[in-house]
Amino acid sequence: MRVVTLKINGQEMSGRDDEDILHVAREHDIEIPTLCQLDGISEWGGCRLCLVEIEGSAKLSAACVTKVSEGMVVNTESERLAGYRKTIVEMLFTEGNHVCSVCVSNNNCELQDMSSDLKIDHISLPYRYPLRTVDASHDLFIFDANRCILCTRCVRVCDEAEGAHTWDIAGRGIQSQLVSDLHQPWGESTSCTSCGKCVEACPTGAIFEKGKAAGEMVKDAKFLVYLAEMKAEKS
Amino acid sequence: MSSTITSNTNDVGTLPKLATVWLDGCSGCHMSLLDMDHRLLTLLEKVNLVYSPLVDQKHFPDDVDITLVEGAISSEADLEKILMVRERTKILVSLGDCAVTANVPSLRNPLGVNAILERVSDGALPKQPDTVPLLCAHARPVHTVVKVDLFVPGCPPSADTIHLVLTELLAGRTPDLHAITRFGL
Repeated sequence: MRVVTLKINGQEMSGRDDEDILHVAREHDIEIPTLCQLDGISEWGGCRLCLVEIEGSAKLSAACVTKVSEGMVVNTESERLAGYRKTIVEMLFTEGNHVCSVCVSNNNCELQDMSSDLKIDHISLPYRYPLRTVDASHDLFIFDANRCILCTRCVRVCDEAEGAHTWDIAGRGIQSQLVSDLHQPWGESTSCTSCGKCVEACPTGAIFEKGKAAGEMVKDAKFLVYLAEMKAEKS
Repeated sequence: MSSTITSNTNDVGTLPKLATVWLDGCSGCHMSLLDMDHRLLTLLEKVNLVYSPLVDQKHFPDDVDITLVEGAISSEADLEKILMVRERTKILVSLGDCAVTANVPSLRNPLGVNAILERVSDGALPKQPDTVPLLCAHARPVHTVVKVDLFVPGCPPSADTIHLVLTELLAGRTPDLHAITRFGL
C-alpha cells in the first residue's frame, strides 16, 4: 500500500492506492450517487450511478470499483453524467412497479431519495408494468419483487456477512430476478437463518418486515461496517 | 363613491382563469388545495376559478390560463376530457402523484383490465361502456397523453406547495419545486 495524490473535481487530495475513487471522494466530502454500494460488504459496480469521468479515458468508470492512482484526474459532476444518472434512475422506476405513496418504505427509501437528489419530477420513459410476485411465505419477512432494483445488496450481505447465501440472481437481462435458494419460496428455504440482514441492506421496500404498513419500514445497515471490521481482525 | 366601485379589482371577468380537474384520483389533491384555508380568499382576489369539482360549472371554458389536473388517465372518459382540457389551457399542471406517475390507479396495470373487472364484480364482467366509462388498458400519467407544463409530485402535494405553485404561476414565474416535493409524500 502506498499513498497517491490525485484530483477530484479540481480539488487536490491524497488516498491509499488500495482505495476506490468513491471512498476517497467521500473522505473529502464529495458525494457520488450510488444505490448498490454499501459499506461493510464487497463492491459490485452494478447500478452504474457512480460513473465518473477520468481524464485520458473516453470510457466512464464506476467509482466504487476503480482504484485511485497517482496523478489521476477525476470529474464526478457534468451534464453528461447527470443525464446518465437521471436515465438510470428513471429506468429503475419503469422496470419494476414502484408506487411510493403506498410502499412500506415511503420516506425511508434510497430510490425515492435518489430521484429527489437528481431532481426527477416525472418519468419520461415508458413504463413496463411487469407482472411480478410477492413472496410472503417467510414467517417474519416479505419479498416484494415489484420493488426490487436488483442491486444485489441482499445477495452480498447474506453471503458475506451471514454466510448463508440464501439469495441470488436467476435469469439474464430483463428476466433477471432475485431468488431464494434454488428458486423456492423464501419460507421453504433451508439455508435462511432469518437473521434479517437482507432487510436492513435492501435500499427500497422490496424486502421488509411483516406487519409494517406504508411508510413504517425504517432500515439501518450501519452495523455491517462493524461486522466486517471484526471479521477482518479475526482472519 | 363611484370611483371606489370602478377601482374595484375584484371584477372577476378581468382576472386570469383557473380550472381544476379531477380524473382517476382520490380527491386528496383537491382536499390539499382546500387546506390553504384563509389563503384561498386572497388567492381568489387574483384568479377566477372558472371550472372545478368545487364550483357549479358543467362546461369547461375555451380559454383557461392555468389548469391543475388531479388523477391518472384511466378511462376513455379521462382521455377524452384531458385532450379537451389541454386544447383549452395555456399552462397545464400535473398535480400530485396520480397525475405525475399514475400512482395507486397504476397498481392494476400489470394485471390487466379483465382481471380487475372480474375481481370487483365477483366474477362476471360488467357491461361496458353503458354502466361506467370504458377502462383503458393501463392507468397512465397525464404527460404520456398530452404535454404537461409543470409537474407537482406528492401524495398529496401540501397546501403550501399548491399555494406556491399558484402564486408563482400567477406572477408569471415557473416555481422550482425540487426541494419541497417528491414522489410519495
